[in-house]
Amino acid sequence: MTATPKLDLLKVGDTLPPLTLPAINRTTLALFAGASGDHNRVHIDIDYVRAAGMTDVFAHGMLSMAYLGRLLTQWVDQRRIRSFGVRFTGITHLGHVITCTGKVVELLQVEGEQRARVEIQTANQYGDVKIVGDAVVAL
Amino acid sequence: MIDPKHIGMKLPVYKAAAEIGQLRFFAKSIGETNPVYLDESAARDAGHPGVPLPPTFLFSLEFQIPSNAWREEMGINPARILHGEESFQYHRMAYAGDTLQFETHVADIYDKKGGALSFVVRETRVTNQRGEHVADLRSVLVHRN
Repeated sequence: MTATPKLDLLKVGDTLPPLTLPAINRTTLALFAGASGDHNRVHIDIDYVRAAGMTDVFAHGMLSMAYLGRLLTQWVDQRRIRSFGVRFTGITHLGHVITCTGKVVELLQVEGEQRARVEIQTANQYGDVKIVGDAVVAL
Repeated sequence: MIDPKHIGMKLPVYKAAAEIGQLRFFAKSIGETNPVYLDESAARDAGHPGVPLPPTFLFSLEFQIPSNAWREEMGINPARILHGEESFQYHRMAYAGDTLQFETHVADIYDKKGGALSFVVRETRVTNQRGEHVADLRSVLVHRN
């Protein structure tokens, strides 16, 4: 359930409650491939990736973006999300434990609606940032 | 290198059904336990007309495009692509039971690192069965040439 934060008291610098996911394993990638429609073999077939010169399968960027989606929807009702975008800056590998974090960077008014921009990212247990992005939510 | 002559290419327009079974599978695969994303009565109790599509799910429906000939036409090798960027502008929610129409065009193609990497930008407009504008997606694929 989404515990609604006191959005009218939101300030620049406020952080979102973080979300840490279990370590990514081959089951994670197999299920996400099936569920997400992305059957690219680089995420599921070690023989294929080795033939293509890589050492092992790696996670879909969109798996981590979906995790960031959970960061947002555990913070606010999804109907408040106006935009959500990311850059994939690093590959997430098997064994990585991903933590999603976010902070409010701007309060703005658009088309008569009060909104907040949050910067969000994922990082693994080694502190390597894998995805950076932002979202805009209505307050 | 991917030829910039493909800028403006329109991908085949198609419709995809947002199905509760796939939505539940997707929720399981990302560890989502919020019942709103799993159960119709929980969704309705929260004021939704049905189970909502979570924030990134519209991207998944893009895999239902009837043909990937556009990739072959551009010389894209699936073993050499990485996802560079993805963004969503949301206009209204979409729900299980909706039929969504996807209209995608290639908005830009450029390269970096002296042609070692090509970037293909696609923009997609999503509308629902009532013709209402649901979302705009912008996707950047990176191709290691």
